[in-house]
Amino acid sequence: MAELTKKGIGGFIARHGILVAFVLFMVGFALANPRFIAIENISGVIRSSAIIGVMALGVTFVVIGGNLDLSVGSMMSFSTIVVLDLHDKLGPTLAIPAMFAMTLALGAFIGFLVGYLKLNSLIVTLGMLSAIHGLTLTYSGGKNMDIDDKQGTWFSIFGQGNVAGIPVPILMFALLAVVLTLLLSKTPFGRKVYAVGGNGTAATFSGIPRARVVFMTYMISAFCVATAGLIQASRSLGSQNTVGQGLELEVLAAVILGGASLLGGSGTVFKTVIGVLILGFIQNGLLLMGLAFYAQYVVTWVIIILAVWLDIAAKRGRLWSPIA
Amino acid sequence: MNSETRGNLIKQGAIWAFIVVELLFFSIAGEYLSVSDKAFMDFDNMLLLLKQSAPIGIIALGMTIIMINGNIDLSVGATFALSAIVLLDSMTWPFMAGLGDWAIPLAWGLALLTGVVLGAINGLIVWKTGVDAFIVTLGSMLGYRGLVFMYNGEQPTSHLNWTLVDFAEAQFLGLHTATWFLLVAALLLWLLMTKTIHGRNAYAIGNNREAAVNAGIRVGPHFLWNFMLIGFLASLSAVVFYSESGSVNPNDGMLYELWAITAVVLGGTKLTGGYGSIVSTLGGVIAIQLLRKGLGHIGADTETVNLVIGLILIAVLFLDRQLNRKGKEELKI
Amino acid sequence: MTDQTPALRLEGIVKTFPGVRALDGVSFTVMPGEVHALMGENGAGKSTLMKVLGGIYDPDEGQIFIAEQPAVMTSPIEAKAKGVVFIHQELSLADELSVAENIFLGELPRKSLGRVDWGKLYADTDAILKTLNVGFNAKTRVGDLSIANQQMVEIARALTVDPRAVIFDEPTASLTDAEKVVLFEVISDLQSRGVGVIYISHRMEEIFKITDRISVLRDGQYRGTLNTAETNEEEVTQLMIGRKLDLSRNEATHEMGEVALEVRNLSCGDLFHDVSFTVRRGEVLGFYGLVGAGRTEIAETLFGLRDPSAGQILLDGEEVRITSPQDAIRRGISLVPEDRKGQGLILGMNCRDNMTLPQVDDMTAGPFVSDGAEVAIFDQYRDKLDIRTPGWRQLVGNLSGGNQQKIVIGKWLSMHPEVLIVDEPTRGIDVGSKSEIHNLIRDLASQGYAVIVISSEMPEVLHVSDRIVAMFSGRVMREFTAEEVTEDSLIQAISGLTGSGAQVA
Repeated sequence: MAELTKKGIGGFIARHGILVAFVLFMVGFALANPRFIAIENISGVIRSSAIIGVMALGVTFVVIGGNLDLSVGSMMSFSTIVVLDLHDKLGPTLAIPAMFAMTLALGAFIGFLVGYLKLNSLIVTLGMLSAIHGLTLTYSGGKNMDIDDKQGTWFSIFGQGNVAGIPVPILMFALLAVVLTLLLSKTPFGRKVYAVGGNGTAATFSGIPRARVVFMTYMISAFCVATAGLIQASRSLGSQNTVGQGLELEVLAAVILGGASLLGGSGTVFKTVIGVLILGFIQNGLLLMGLAFYAQYVVTWVIIILAVWLDIAAKRGRLWSPIA
Repeated sequence: MNSETRGNLIKQGAIWAFIVVELLFFSIAGEYLSVSDKAFMDFDNMLLLLKQSAPIGIIALGMTIIMINGNIDLSVGATFALSAIVLLDSMTWPFMAGLGDWAIPLAWGLALLTGVVLGAINGLIVWKTGVDAFIVTLGSMLGYRGLVFMYNGEQPTSHLNWTLVDFAEAQFLGLHTATWFLLVAALLLWLLMTKTIHGRNAYAIGNNREAAVNAGIRVGPHFLWNFMLIGFLASLSAVVFYSESGSVNPNDGMLYELWAITAVVLGGTKLTGGYGSIVSTLGGVIAIQLLRKGLGHIGADTETVNLVIGLILIAVLFLDRQLNRKGKEELKI
Repeated sequence: MTDQTPALRLEGIVKTFPGVRALDGVSFTVMPGEVHALMGENGAGKSTLMKVLGGIYDPDEGQIFIAEQPAVMTSPIEAKAKGVVFIHQELSLADELSVAENIFLGELPRKSLGRVDWGKLYADTDAILKTLNVGFNAKTRVGDLSIANQQMVEIARALTVDPRAVIFDEPTASLTDAEKVVLFEVISDLQSRGVGVIYISHRMEEIFKITDRISVLRDGQYRGTLNTAETNEEEVTQLMIGRKLDLSRNEATHEMGEVALEVRNLSCGDLFHDVSFTVRRGEVLGFYGLVGAGRTEIAETLFGLRDPSAGQILLDGEEVRITSPQDAIRRGISLVPEDRKGQGLILGMNCRDNMTLPQVDDMTAGPFVSDGAEVAIFDQYRDKLDIRTPGWRQLVGNLSGGNQQKIVIGKWLSMHPEVLIVDEPTRGIDVGSKSEIHNLIRDLASQGYAVIVISSEMPEVLHVSDRIVAMFSGRVMREFTAEEVTEDSLIQAISGLTGSGAQVA
């Protein structure tokens, strides 16, 4: 039964359902409103998806490694606030590496707890969501953070600049996606991430340093979060303490939509990018159809459930669950 | 008594011991650091604390049951907000105006029904599709929030009914209305989980689902009932809170799911299901609220509360792991 | 016994899966008051047959009769209601709940308002526990019980109905000898109540000790029923595998080299004490003992997965401290673990990636993994070990047990280890592949590897080992050479019968 569904058109849809859905959406929206496929529109969508997208790239590593990261939203707020604050204190050239170092330190702490101490990642990152939020508030004293001289800084290039006509956030997202694709699919480290997420015990029995691999996935996630924070800070040049609040779940939604299993061991960077773009284009398409931004929430809900449902239905060979 | 039973006793008592430590710490530290003249363990202060624990507390009670059952519900914050909107908005409907004070129970009923229906949707999806509850409720967290916004755009929904406010602010035997709701809900749910067949089966399902299925326990309906129950409790929490405040923002209730889960885990309920107790969750809720108030009392920035709660959650997880370690003999995997 | 109505009769059961005829007209009768062994190699159809009986599978053809009444089973619950109860190999208990709640799981007595009738629950439970003569009570948390007592809870669960047939599936797998005695008493008690007992086990000693008749399945077909009193192990084995198993002793045919690994007085907490042995290059050292005797734990310690509490490990005469599997691998120690699917393989990964996993760091061209080098290694060991797979892209989870095990062995051979430890080399592997793996192990020794084989199967240990270490309860009881070992002395040694002080090093 399960074998049968793997062949023919049904099988193709089952395996690449998310791509098929993506194409259908694009065609549908394009027919409804030709403006949807205008270059400026597409570029605009990707640009505004870049922040979620960059974070989702990092979370993909964590999820494939068999863990969760719910702390990326509040960590992103932290990066944004810190880099804005240091911008005026140290100047942008030092502020950026300093912010990356601080964010990576948070990532290292989580990686230590989940990797080396083997604590449950859901609860650790839930705790860190709260703790980092508190840290950010303590850091900023609860006030919004703004750059004094918004006109005179080159710092705005990461969020607002263009290189060769392409917005810098898109370039950074694309560059990171390519680098991380290579890292995950072509290097020994990537192989180990799949091994650890696929069966952590067997990976250990094969001499894979599981703790170190898990640790590294959180470092990658933290690096991506810092990059997202940089884009966010550079785009707005000022920020609230809660700028990233709630993004962790949207990021996770994009990763799941891309087909990564929460059990670990499966998923790709490319599929996550598709997941991110689907979310972005749906939001945009619905806006162009004249619906409010929150309509996307409802549509996203339906799509996530359908995507995961069809995926597991294809695996078990029947639509409805066998739960009595 | 063998060591394992003793370990369990320690775990069940731990949250109450923690509360005692908090009380002592904040009372003593408060003597030196407090910004107010009032003692920390002031009776009114404690009553207020219970009242403030109620909204998250009532949700956390439901989360306990969901987690004992082996599931999780991330959508309770959105359910909370949508029920609140239904509560307040329904009282402005033209025909409701004609009912006088009878509009109140009707509005309550509608709000609670909203929660039950939203919970039932989650439960049915988990049951019928077999998709993991984490993903299902992650999706509906977004979806239900979308419904909240659709209802009234980005505008707050407001309606003050003074009868309702009086009721919500009333005190009976010294306890506030909200506290009564919390305590009665806790009592009923404790009875449900320890005395009834449904409750015992919920434990069995979370503990060893395959065994439960093989023993003929129907897992799906239990899931459905428990999701309806947590939906009901999320809207009950909204009813209690918004009867008094009278105005709901579309972003209200965000992150409530995470606070509720934090309280439940502090209370010792296992994420993997099959183990936990309503009473300990109550302890977890009170411990968090004590921490909030206590840190304020000794003059710490309110901002540090989140930091402390987060670190305590991780510390609890760490201690729990150390308690369950087998020592040096353990396999290093 | 012959003129009674059978407790349970299966008639011409056929069950097919796509491409496989799992059961091919199996008939089988259990009389009341008899203990009937059901034997067969893995994959012979025993578990499929039991799933048909338990209502998990619908048979394509054939009929089940209970007391000569035709019965249709649609679920385990219905099977139980009809008096057919299973005691599973993997215990299916909720360990956070009480004994009583587990015994009446799914059928808790009900009072008004959906409340549990605790009084009735405990009274009923106590009544059942009394007949089993156990040392725990109805309110004990199941997680606090020993494995043997948990099994008693399972048996008590069977007694909540008036059973006609009770099926035991490998019940002694994790029991101590004393616990086995209690189990056998319970079985004989069931027998005297007129219950038909089906006893599934691979352990010949037990089969011959407690059963009345033995039915054998092979390749989904019924191969006959023997009266236990009138047959012997050889006849049963022959029926099971369709030919004579090569039970010959190992006869060393090659030169032994230097001592590769020496272990002196090694201990690890309560797991094993004061263990000493040596392995030479070109030698197979067998470790024989019951489950729980500490053999696997020694292997895990040598592989860096446990820290020894005392003693020394010497590689090529030099003392080493092995702190992690990476460390062990670097020093040339490899471990083929006992739980192939849980510890040996990543089932969702393809064959090649599984095989090259430990050395993926070294298989690079620039920063990237070199596909060519990996495929070359895979091809080499696929040919060398005769691994049958459509290609390296095949997911390991889709291979047969024998081929999976060869992937694990290939994984380590491709690293050219000094010492290869193989824990339960043929667990869950069909008979044909079994002897292939045995030959492979002998072959490796003759190529100069030092090999340690841990096994719970006596024929296997006798067949492959040059020397045998017998363990009991964390201690080495005796060491045998292939020439001096006898089955009797081996059994005595692993049962702890040689006396506690009789350690021969």
